[in-house]
This record gives sequence, structure tokens and C-alpha cells, in this order.
Amino acid sequence: MINSKTTFKGYRRENGRVGVRNHVIILPVDDLSNAAAEAVANNVKGAIAIPHPYGRLQFGADLDLHFRTIIGAGANPNVAAVVVICIEEGWAKKVVDGIAKTGKPVTGFGIELHGDHDTILRASKVAKEYVQWASELQREECPISDLWVSTKCGESDTTSGCGSNPTVGSAFDKLEPLGVTMCFGETTEITGGENIVADRCATPEVRKEFMRMFDRYQEIVEKHKTSDLSDSQPTKGNIAGGLTTIEEKALGNIQKIGKKCKVIGVLDKAEEPTKPGLWFMDSSSAAAEMVTLCAASGYVVHLFPTGQGNVIGNPIIPVVKLTANPRTVRTMSEHVDYDCSGLLQREKNLEQTGDELIDVMLRTCNGRLTAAEALGHREFVLTRLYESA
Amino acid sequence: MIHILVHDKKDTVGVAVIEGIKAGQEMIGWVMEDDSTIKVKAINDIPIGHKAALREIKKGDTIIKYGFDIGKAVADIKLGEHAHVHNIKTKRW
Repeated sequence: MINSKTTFKGYRRENGRVGVRNHVIILPVDDLSNAAAEAVANNVKGAIAIPHPYGRLQFGADLDLHFRTIIGAGANPNVAAVVVICIEEGWAKKVVDGIAKTGKPVTGFGIELHGDHDTILRASKVAKEYVQWASELQREECPISDLWVSTKCGESDTTSGCGSNPTVGSAFDKLEPLGVTMCFGETTEITGGENIVADRCATPEVRKEFMRMFDRYQEIVEKHKTSDLSDSQPTKGNIAGGLTTIEEKALGNIQKIGKKCKVIGVLDKAEEPTKPGLWFMDSSSAAAEMVTLCAASGYVVHLFPTGQGNVIGNPIIPVVKLTANPRTVRTMSEHVDYDCSGLLQREKNLEQTGDELIDVMLRTCNGRLTAAEALGHREFVLTRLYESA
Repeated sequence: MIHILVHDKKDTVGVAVIEGIKAGQEMIGWVMEDDSTIKVKAINDIPIGHKAALREIKKGDTIIKYGFDIGKAVADIKLGEHAHVHNIKTKRW
């Protein structure tokens, strides 16, 4: 049982935020810089490269989102220090300046006029200093109100709506009164349950903003769809697991926000929340995209219910996976951090599974590696809004 | 042993929560809303996670789960019959 005196052991950063991991990351701003970033991480043990396929010739809101996500990933309190590598020095500086606002060590390198070899040499020297410096940082007792927790489900089936999603909801109902900052999203996967979420919004203004985001995403689907989306939402995996319609999937999905939590505000993609409570983030329903956006918003631990067995992880934030599907527990146990299948046989109730999930989450925050971390899952996927210029 | 789980008393479908339900088998259902128990005979094999109809459903009827509308029947569905994409479709998109 948790209460306002519950603590966890985290890393308090220069800006006061608390992380649960102590990563030194080598962050490429663009696709061209992946090779150098990976070479640096190969040279310096303990440093993590975060390769991705974008960052060139994006413009407007799509470019803004790119920078917000890259800077947000570096600024996340799970990151102790950052080496930024970009083909152009100017954009490296832009990312460095964004991350430097947190007060953490960050240095940028441009490849042009230097080449990969020289860049890798100079960046490796800085990364080595950062890794040795970070290795001396100590965890300290922090109140549970310092925790930022995000959620998103994946490879859902009907057991998600029966068991694993309401278990997250039970945990959220327990965490909210303690001042924890939380978020959910997946705008399209609320289709059929949007009125339930709207009714949970704390004020008429929040409700209006939520419905604006929901309606905008529906227009995107209507504009681009070539069929009734019956192969995309629900996915083939969802259908194999027994989910039949988007409405059924959505009603299961929104079990994650519990029975009591109010939605206190809405966030744009990768936008940082400004106060504790439950936030809705306008976001993709694709697992790695959504978890990456949560990391960029500053969330430090993620609760990920699955039905059929999603295997996702993230390089910045630990992804705690839970399932209520006894077949998934049997066939994919190496991916499961918490088994709540007892709910479906009335062996446990949501009070118990909510407490047990929080216990697994706090152990993870204290340093226990998740299944995804132990297996090396580091999916970092940037959301794109439209074509490059 | 619980074979199927039902969220709300109004629901017209329930979810198989164990593997290996066979046609002809009597399924014990747990209605979570009021903690009551129902019994339904399976007409088909019902894979884990898939739904069975809890009453006679006519083509065009709204399907209720969690107490809410999750789509419409596109064929008649018998009590205890496997209810999925072959006989239920979304009302959206």
C-alpha cells in the first residue's frame, strides 16, 4: 500500500526533476549522424546511442515536433548527460541549447568540415568524461510526488480491457491523490469512448480542447483512409486476440485512466506538463511512437499493458509490461514484468493488482531492470506529421 | 473455473478467458458488475479472448459490451455462438 510518505530512490537532477535511470546518451539530430553516434557509443562503455531515421528537410510544425522530441529526450531526467551529433553545427547547437536549460552537461558536434573520424574522436573523449562523472552520481530518497508516469497499451486483446488496462487504472487512481504526474493518449484509440473521456475532463475548457484534438484526428483518418481501417484499427493482432471493432478496443483502452482520475489538461505531442495530475496527450496509437513522445515530455517510467504480447522497450524510460492473458504469460514470459491473469479467474481483484503493479513500478524506479531493458529493447521512433520539403 | 467474463449486465457478448473452449461445452460466466454467475452453452469452439453471444442477436442489432455500443451485427448470431469480425462490424469509419 502506498501513501504520501512513500518514497523511491532516484537521481535528482540540476533542475530539481528526478530520474530513475542514469543514462549518458549519444544523440544524433539526423539520420546522417547515426553512424558517428553508434561509433562513439561503441568506444565508450555505458553510453547509449539513440539512432533514428529523420531530421533532414523537415519544416514547419513537423520540424518543430522533431526538435521538441530530440531536445525532450535529452532533457529527460533519466538522462545524466548528452553528447549531440549533427551533420551541421548550427542545429547541433540548437539541440544543445535546448537541453542545456536543464543544467545538465551537454556538448554538441557538427560533422561537416571534420568528417566522421575526427568527430567520433572528439565526441568519444567527451562521452568518456560524462560516463565516468555520471557513474559517481548517487540515488537518493525522493517522495512519490516526484514521479512522472505515462501509460499506453499495445498488442491489445480482450483480456487487456478485462485485466491489464483496469489494473493500470487502479494504479492511476491510487497515484493521482499523491501528486504524481501522469499521462495517457492514443487519440484514435479512444474512438467509441470519446464521450467517456470528455466526461472525465476536469473543466469545460479541458473538455473542449480534448474534443478539438479528437475531432482533428478523426478528420485525418477520414481524409487518408482507403478502406474502413478494419485491418489497421483494430490491428490484425488485435483481431487474432478477439477484438472486433475500434469501439470495443477503445472502451478497453480507456480502462487505463481508472474510475476516479480527472483529466486536468491536454498536451501537444512531446509537450511538457506543467503540474501534477492526469494529462491527455494528442498522440499516435503506435506503441514506440507514443512511448517516445512520453519520454520527450519528461515522463520517467511507463506502464504498458499488453494482451497478445507486445515486446516494446525504450532507450530513455523503462517500460513496465503487464498482461492478463494467461497464454501470453505462458508463451512470452520473458517479456512480462507483471502477470495479472489471476484477475480473470476471480483469484485477485483490481485493488490487489493495482497495488502489485505499483510495487513492481517502484522496484523498477529503484533500479530493477525491466524485461525490455534486460532484452535490449530500445525502440526510439519519431512521429512525423507530413512529407519533407 | 470461469470460462467467460462479462463486464456489465446489459452486455450481449462475453469474453472467453481460458484456452480450449469446445463446441457443446457449458461455459460458466462471471458478470463483474454484480458478481453474478451465468451459464451458456458454446455453439462453436471459442478461442481465448474471443467473444460468445449471451443472447439471440438479430442482424442489425447493436452489440453491447462494457455496457456500451461496440458496433452492429451484420448477421444473425445465436446464443452461445462465436461473435467476431464475421458477424460484427464497427459503426465508425
